Amino acid sequence: MVVDALLIAPSGADLACSHCGLAVPPGLLDAHSTEQFCCAGCHTAFGILHSHGLDQYYRFAERREAPVHTSGRKYEEFDHPSFEQLYVTTTSDGLSRTELYLEGVHCSSCVWLVERMPLLVPGVARTDLDVRRSLAVVEWDLSAVLLSTIAQSLDALGYPPHPFRGVVRDAMRKREDRAMLVRIGVAGAIAINVMLASLALYSGSVNGMDPQFERFFRWVCFVVIVPTFVWPGRVFFAGAWAALRTRSLHMDLPIAIALAAGLVRGAINTVRDHGPVYFDGLAVLIFALLVGRFLQQRGQRMAADAAELLHAVAPSSARIVEDDVVRTVPAEALLPGMVMDVRAGESFAADGVVIQGRSAVNAALLTGESRPTSIAEGATVFAGTLNVEAPLRVRVDEAGESSRIAKLLRQVEESARRRAPVVQLANRMAGIFVGVVLTLAIVVFAVGMTVAPERALDNAIALLIVTCPCALALATPLAITVAVGRAAGRGMLVKGGDALELLAKPGTLVLDKTGTLTEGRTAVVAWVGAEWVQPFVLALEEGSSHPLADGFRRAWPEMQTPSVINATHVSGGGMVGTIDGHVVRVGSPAFVRDGISVSAGEPDGSLVGAINAIDRTLTPVHVAVDGVLVAGAGLGDRIRDDALVSLQQLRARGWRTIILSGDASDVVASVGHTLGFRADELVAAASPEDKLAFVESLKAKGPVVMVGDGVNDAAAIAAATVGIGVHGGAEACLATADIYLARPGLGALVELTDGAQRTMRVIKRNIAFSIGYNIIGAGLAAIGLLTPLIAAILMPTSSITVVLGSWYSHTFARSGRREQHA
Amino acid sequence: MSVIFVVLPLALVIVSAAVFAFVWSARSGQFDDLETPAVRMLHDDAPTSGPRVP
Repeated sequence: MVVDALLIAPSGADLACSHCGLAVPPGLLDAHSTEQFCCAGCHTAFGILHSHGLDQYYRFAERREAPVHTSGRKYEEFDHPSFEQLYVTTTSDGLSRTELYLEGVHCSSCVWLVERMPLLVPGVARTDLDVRRSLAVVEWDLSAVLLSTIAQSLDALGYPPHPFRGVVRDAMRKREDRAMLVRIGVAGAIAINVMLASLALYSGSVNGMDPQFERFFRWVCFVVIVPTFVWPGRVFFAGAWAALRTRSLHMDLPIAIALAAGLVRGAINTVRDHGPVYFDGLAVLIFALLVGRFLQQRGQRMAADAAELLHAVAPSSARIVEDDVVRTVPAEALLPGMVMDVRAGESFAADGVVIQGRSAVNAALLTGESRPTSIAEGATVFAGTLNVEAPLRVRVDEAGESSRIAKLLRQVEESARRRAPVVQLANRMAGIFVGVVLTLAIVVFAVGMTVAPERALDNAIALLIVTCPCALALATPLAITVAVGRAAGRGMLVKGGDALELLAKPGTLVLDKTGTLTEGRTAVVAWVGAEWVQPFVLALEEGSSHPLADGFRRAWPEMQTPSVINATHVSGGGMVGTIDGHVVRVGSPAFVRDGISVSAGEPDGSLVGAINAIDRTLTPVHVAVDGVLVAGAGLGDRIRDDALVSLQQLRARGWRTIILSGDASDVVASVGHTLGFRADELVAAASPEDKLAFVESLKAKGPVVMVGDGVNDAAAIAAATVGIGVHGGAEACLATADIYLARPGLGALVELTDGAQRTMRVIKRNIAFSIGYNIIGAGLAAIGLLTPLIAAILMPTSSITVVLGSWYSHTFARSGRREQHA
Repeated sequence: MSVIFVVLPLALVIVSAAVFAFVWSARSGQFDDLETPAVRMLHDDAPTSGPRVP
């Protein structure tokens, strides 16, 4: 086995991990074992598989190449009654059933492994994994095994599970999808058979045909086409009826008129055995329209799916203290009066008051303030905000629906509902279209009555059918589906096509600061003084969960650190410890000043000056070695690399840019100055409610695009004409945004507006094409030259033109070609 | 009386059988997930080494 491992090791010298195949770090090499592991997670997973005889896993060519990542949680909340009530259903054979969203699912070997859970955990009846959506359906015997045990096993194999919240909506959507698929299949089968029978009629009309056969084939067509009207085609009549009742214009209306006119006329001509029937055209029409609708819906689903999965990853449990016993419960089970235990680095699950401990809280999610604020006993904390420094005990005041964040989310939903639906271009066209076509048909009929009364009605009906807005109804959805699909490949998830329509014209662009213009996390922005102390600073900060420590770790990821003796964390101050016999203090200026000894001599005056000159909007961290101040750092939220270039490009395209931030005005001014905003384009210290009001007031003057990442932006995003959520944003913000940028940086924003513009051009071109065809068809019909054969050729040609035109359009770059061009 | 009067209705009966089969398979969820079953069929062999677990 060692020989094998040596052969497949990537670099030749390193040993490959027996589980994941990555190189094993030298420190973890075990000379006495035939198996080598890159981490403890891989070791555990290998042990589980081996002891259950599942070594076959290692024979898959396509295997995960990532170390096993486990959360190590106990998943106690999965067994809680309120969890059961929310997520667990009972199957007909008495098993419990739930859906779990799994992290870390990549490939076919994951399917194999996850579906072997019944072998690994006795009592599990079935696990089915949907690999595209990373959703596993689990069925188990409640009397034999607990869900938490199953969850722990999944976790140990590297698939940390999360409850899937959309179970009910998912079931509904599945039903809808199946019904749609059935409709398309039935309409397709009927269309093909009607076309075959019509082929006989057409060739008969050219070569001559026995009247009894002609009559027979007409009746066959008629009998076959009726089901497509009463089953799949019913949706168009239902849509048209709904449009009529609400007195609005919808594409379904002209479609329903053409379909009804065609069917009635065809039926009459079949019965009286004379005149044209258009059954083949009508059957294909229904099929093509259903396909167009399906494409449109699927594109929107894909983006919604992505947001849904992000929902499922949110933590949903809390630890409560009862009679000195700490246990984990789902967030839904929290009640006012309970006492929560919240460790450093965890989010609060409910609103409450601190009753024990002091710490700092990062409320960026709620307020947009990027700097943590210190809190002590008696302070109020809010659900969703992050406990940064030290463990806290919190008495729950408001939980669930009455917490501040839940109220904010309700506000978000409300403003999303209030948003006036955008009248889509295609539907505006439908209004004009119905009027023009109906007028034309009446004119053709009236004129025909005076010239050739016996053909007047046939000509008018031919006109109605040939102008049926098949291509017109396909023009917008197709162009948008293709654009949305390509945009998704480029990391831009567009939920509604109308968002693209609105982004095509420049307007006002309102940007949040924290997390949107900046990276939204602490980084070392400035460093003054000796560089040889950097390893000391990193060594001290390495074990700390403080966000400033995070900043240092990210700044120097590769640095080797010396060992520290007696590292002590002083809450609200900093860290002190002994390294190589030197006493090193790292922390706030006041904390470091306390440790400076007079006997160590005067500090370097120019150094002190330089340290004090660090931008005051940054959080200062000073470093003293053996009582002498040697260095200072400024930590803050770094501006994204591509922010300035992207903003300049957007301004050049005519967008007006505004910063709308909840952060303090000095920080906003500093960022705004760097990125070239004018003073009147900066709004600071805005609460979520202020943001909403600001966007609404701007909207009175024109379309507003709001870009943000936090819950504090969510209401404003929902209220804006187009809301955009950026990479790494809060789930509430993603749920309400029309567009979600799944890749970091503002470059995607520029690409999005350009792509939207090109998409609109494609839509207009498609509409021009289909109207052109309709004019030709209508002209032929009006002068009585349109035979059913010409109609049968003309109608699909116009649809095919639109399909090809959309497919080969350059709206967004195709993701596959990206590397070649870059 | 031509053979077409018999064959064509017969063909329509076969078509409706096919449509019925499609409707049944769609409603029973066979088109819900088009990716995983393709992968799963490759895995159905029982483990060939180690103890067999019932």
